[in-house]
Amino acid sequence: MIEIEHLTKSFSGEMVVNDVSMTINDGEIVVVVGTSGSGKTTLLRMVNRLIEPDSGRVLIDGLDTREGPAYVLRRQIGYAIQGHGLFPHRSVGQNIATVPQLLGWDKARTAARVDELMNLFGLDPATYRDRLPSALSGGQQQRVGVARALAAAPKVLLMDEPFGALDPIIRAKAQADLRAIQRQLGTTIVLVTHDMNEAIALGDRIAVMDEGHLLQYAKPDEIVVQPATAFVGELLGSGERPFRLLSFRHVRDFVEPGAASGAPIADTTTLRDALEEALWTGRDAVPVATPSGEIIGRVTMATVVKQAARHI
Amino acid sequence: MRIGLIVRIVVLVLLVAFLASPQSFAFVFQPLTKNGQPAIYTQNSLLNLTLSHMAIVAMATLAASIVAVGLAIVVTRPSGMEFLPLSRMLSNTGQTFPPVAVLALAVPILGFGTAPTLVALFLYGLLPIFENALTGLTTIPPDIEESARGAGMNERQRLWQIELPLALPLILAGIRLSVAISIGTATIGSTVAASTLGEAIIAGLINSNLAFVAQGGLVVGVLAILTYDALRALERSIATQTGAGRTS
Repeated sequence: MIEIEHLTKSFSGEMVVNDVSMTINDGEIVVVVGTSGSGKTTLLRMVNRLIEPDSGRVLIDGLDTREGPAYVLRRQIGYAIQGHGLFPHRSVGQNIATVPQLLGWDKARTAARVDELMNLFGLDPATYRDRLPSALSGGQQQRVGVARALAAAPKVLLMDEPFGALDPIIRAKAQADLRAIQRQLGTTIVLVTHDMNEAIALGDRIAVMDEGHLLQYAKPDEIVVQPATAFVGELLGSGERPFRLLSFRHVRDFVEPGAASGAPIADTTTLRDALEEALWTGRDAVPVATPSGEIIGRVTMATVVKQAARHI
Repeated sequence: MRIGLIVRIVVLVLLVAFLASPQSFAFVFQPLTKNGQPAIYTQNSLLNLTLSHMAIVAMATLAASIVAVGLAIVVTRPSGMEFLPLSRMLSNTGQTFPPVAVLALAVPILGFGTAPTLVALFLYGLLPIFENALTGLTTIPPDIEESARGAGMNERQRLWQIELPLALPLILAGIRLSVAISIGTATIGSTVAASTLGEAIIAGLINSNLAFVAQGGLVVGVLAILTYDALRALERSIATQTGAGRTS
């Protein structure tokens, strides 16, 4: 658990982070979202003491991070940044092995860990281990950057706009991969982004920051339905709100008995995708199937549209 | 590239052959002599002069490299930042000071011979190496610096594992420049009795023997060009290996 208590930081008289407190539970993905200059990156960098706060403190599993040298703390915390920051003179394998080497792991253990991570991130060790980062594609470099951050199996991973340099298609894939790997490893992730779509796609909880203040810290659907301030609403983009809401809900919860024509959709589909499918194929109702292919009923457009309305 | 390499090899072979047996090339320099002057300088063997010349350059450059890179490291650390302007000024002064003046000032203190020449070449060689090392160490891409810090490297680990390797191609470029300048400048060392190829040139000037001047000058010129090219090839291969590709 990460407890951020009253963190404050100013640079040359200007408040960049203003009395921010928040708690991040183990295994959670928390996305800090805000415009540039909102203080989100400064907040993140105070967690691993790349920036020392003026006041306030950070506890990780109850331990004050101010104890001991900063570089020792940083070896316990994964850190991945935009543009990946891979060391250009070191091979992919050496890059991933950075923190294990700093921690003094023996060669065999380090090598095994490097191969394990490369497999996890879909990079064949035999092919890529000895290549230099410059011989990799942007998407591969980004994966190596995250693999390096996870090399010493940190409980906490900090990410600063990790997907910012990727094009939209690779970005969506990278987000899905991160989500899957996080579920597998149980790592606690704090991720900073300016992109509300990314926040909604990845976050278990979203923290919205503006001008150094934490405006709202809540689950994605709550943020969409009840933005704490007008600014949060603006970040969400008012035109898309009903569709965002639909994307949190799944067809399986709204199945009703009855038949419908045409190709079925899976019960794990979001209502947003179900609506899209129905509109595109001109149907009022769509049959719903389980993953094994058994039809369990249908979902009607009337039901879906009702869910798009603000309820709370 | 291929043709260039062949030309360089031919030039190198000619140089070695000339130094091994200068008399065999007497016919080349004969037309430059007057009144039955000797065509080849024989007071000292040209081979020995060349070896001594290069040894002086190597020593001066080694010392300049160590001091210049060390200085660049010190002034790019947070604790040494305030000395940056001062060290810049000092190394700039070293460059603007004519080597002849350094010799003139150094002789009363160090006497005649190799020592004042070493001092002059050392001072003269500092600036290119220092400036390049400074550029290399201060232009590490911020995201690389940031991830080195974020991974938990302390200051010394960042210097040895990240900053110096990435600055290396630029540092080598500075050394290459400094060596090329020093090979030419070392000739004036012979005015204070250092054993360099300048000896043949000076003897030629005193005796109005153009052949001596030409052979001294040619050997120095060829040495400078070949050394420069060899160092550049070394630099390129290191830059490719490190994937840094940051040569000047």
